[in-house]
Amino acid sequence: MARATDAEALVRLRTVSKHFGEGEARVDALRDVSLAVDAGQVVGLLGPSGSGKTTLLNVIACITAPSSGWLCLDGEVVYDNRWLRTDLRRLRLEKIGFIFQFHNLLPFLNSTDNVSVVLDLAGVGAAAAKQRAIELLQYLEVDHRKDAFPASLSGGEAQRVAIARALANRPRIILADEPTAALDSHRAGIVMDLLRKVAVDQQAAIIAVTHDEKIFDRFDHIYHLRDGRLESAVEQAVVKI
Amino acid sequence: MNLAYRDIRHNLGRFLLTCFGLSLLLGVVLSMIGIYRGLVEDALTLARTPAADIWVVESGSRGPFAESSRIPGDTREAIVRLHGVTAAGAVTYQSVETHYGGAKLRLYVVGYELGRPGGPDHVTIGRPIARSHYEMVADRRSGLSLGDRIRLGRNTFTVVGLTDNQVASGGDPVVYIMLADSQTLQFELAPPAARRQLARGAPVTDTDTINAVIAQVSTNVRPSTVAEATRRWKHLAVMTQDEQEFVLTRSVVARARKQIGLFTALLLVVSAVIIALIIYTMTMDKLREIATLKLIGAPDRTVIGLILQQSLAMGAIGFGVGALLINGVKDYFPRRVILQPEDGLVLAVAVIIVCILSSGLGVRLALKVDPAAALGG
Repeated sequence: MARATDAEALVRLRTVSKHFGEGEARVDALRDVSLAVDAGQVVGLLGPSGSGKTTLLNVIACITAPSSGWLCLDGEVVYDNRWLRTDLRRLRLEKIGFIFQFHNLLPFLNSTDNVSVVLDLAGVGAAAAKQRAIELLQYLEVDHRKDAFPASLSGGEAQRVAIARALANRPRIILADEPTAALDSHRAGIVMDLLRKVAVDQQAAIIAVTHDEKIFDRFDHIYHLRDGRLESAVEQAVVKI
Repeated sequence: MNLAYRDIRHNLGRFLLTCFGLSLLLGVVLSMIGIYRGLVEDALTLARTPAADIWVVESGSRGPFAESSRIPGDTREAIVRLHGVTAAGAVTYQSVETHYGGAKLRLYVVGYELGRPGGPDHVTIGRPIARSHYEMVADRRSGLSLGDRIRLGRNTFTVVGLTDNQVASGGDPVVYIMLADSQTLQFELAPPAARRQLARGAPVTDTDTINAVIAQVSTNVRPSTVAEATRRWKHLAVMTQDEQEFVLTRSVVARARKQIGLFTALLLVVSAVIIALIIYTMTMDKLREIATLKLIGAPDRTVIGLILQQSLAMGAIGFGVGALLINGVKDYFPRRVILQPEDGLVLAVAVIIVCILSSGLGVRLALKVDPAAALGG
C-alpha cells in the first residue's frame, strides 16, 4: 500500500471496509483497504472469485457505500464514513468512465450515438457531442464503423467504441471490468495498449479488474485481493507508449 | 437525444406489431362506445323524427315504445282541437317479420297519416308516400331498393322511397306505410279467425285503433301545459318529448346500455393490464441497458422518460390506428356505430392515463435496477 498517502493520486481509499449482513451471516467483502492510483497509471486488481474485486470496483464507482472508511476521487472527498455528495450519478458522469466485459453498448444506438449519449446526459449540445464522439472514434481507430450498430461490430470494435464512450466526458478515472475477457490475446493486447495510451494522453487513472493472465504484464501495478484484503502490490516494468 | 425514439426506431417492426395488436383492442373499445351511441341514437331517432312536442297514449301506459298502447283512432280529432296544438297525427308502431330475397326480414313498421306528423322527416332516394295504400318508404338498412315489392300481412307494398339511419331501438330497420294499411296489418284478424269470432258471437274487432297521437305545439304554449290539460281527461296518458326520450334511454334501452357500458369498462381494464404487461416486458428486456445508463450517470428522469415515452407512443399509435380501423369498418356492422369526436377524445385521454399508470410497473422495475448489475460479478 505504498501509495496510500499520496495526496496527488486521482483515486485514494483509506481503510475502506465493507460488510454485508450482520451476526453469523456477516460477510466482510472489504477489510481496511487502502489504495492510491496516480494519473497516467494502469492498475490491475486480481483475486479469486469472491475476494472482493467487484465490491471494491463498486465502491470506487460510488455504487456501493462502504461500511466505513474514506474515499477521494479526483481531489474531491466523496465518502468519509458517509456520502458527502448526494448526486452520485452526476459524480459518476463527471469523473468516471466505465469499460465493461461485454462492452454494454446500447443496442439501439449506433457507434457515434453510443459515445455521444454520455455527453448528451452531461448537457452537451448535439452537434458538439457528435463532433467529440467522432473525434474519439478516430482516436481509437474505429471511426469507419461510426454508423454501425453494436450487433454488427466485432468484439474488438465494440470494445473500442465502449472505450470511446468511457472517455467521452474526459473523465480522469476509468474503471474497467474484465475489459479483455471476451477478446482473443491479440485483440486483448490492442485494447490494453489503447488503455495505456488513454492513461498517458489523458492523464487518467485506470483500474481494471481482470483474471486475464495474458495482460498481466500490461499493468503498472497489480493488486491482489484475498478475503477482502489487498495483499500485495507488484510494481511492474511496463513499456510506456 | 431521445432514447425512446431511438429504441423504437431500432426495433420498429416489433414495436409496430405490438401497436397493431393494441390498436385492435382499442378499436374494439371504440366500437363498443360507438355501438352504445348507436343504440341510444337509434332509440331516439324514431321518437325525434316526427318532431313531436307531446305523445298521447293509453291511460296508465308509457307507450308506444316502452309499453303497448291502444287508443281509439279518433283521439287525434280531440287532441288537435286543444289550445296550442298546431298539428297532430295518429300513428301506429309494430314489429313484423316477413321474407325478402329468400331470407327472413324483420322490420319496424310505422303507420302515419298523409300530411300529418308521424312520417319520415326526409326521403333520401325516391319520393314520400303519395297514394293512400300499399306504398312504403323504407330505411336502406332493410336492404330494400326502390321499386321492390314486399308482402306485409295480407297486402303487398311497393317501396317508393328510401331513408337513412331510421332504425328502431331493437335494431330493426324502420319502414313507413299509411295508417290505414298499418291498422289493417296490426288489428285486422285473418279471415279464419274473424269467422271464428263471428261464430262465437264476439263483437267485430274495430280496426280504427292507433298506438299514439303525436302533437306539435305552438311556440307560444308550453307542451307541459297541453299535456296537463289532456291528463285531466283521465282516459289518456300524455308524455312530453323530453319524457318520452327519458323513457327510451332510461327504460327501453337501459339494460343494453348498461351491458355495453360495463363491457366497455372491462375492455378498458383489459387494455390497461395488457399495456402494463407489454411495458413491463419491454422494460425487462432492457434491464442491462438501464443498468448501464444508470451506471454511466443517467438520471432517473432519463430512465423514466425512456419507458413512459414508449408507453405513450404505443398508446397514441394504438389509439390512432384503432380509430382509423373502426372508422373504416363501422358501416359494415349490423347495427349503427356512431363515433363522436368527444367520445374519441375521452377515450384518448383515458388511454393516456392508462399508459401513464401502466408504465408504473415498468418504471418501478427500472428504478429498482442496481447500476452494479451492469458490471460483471
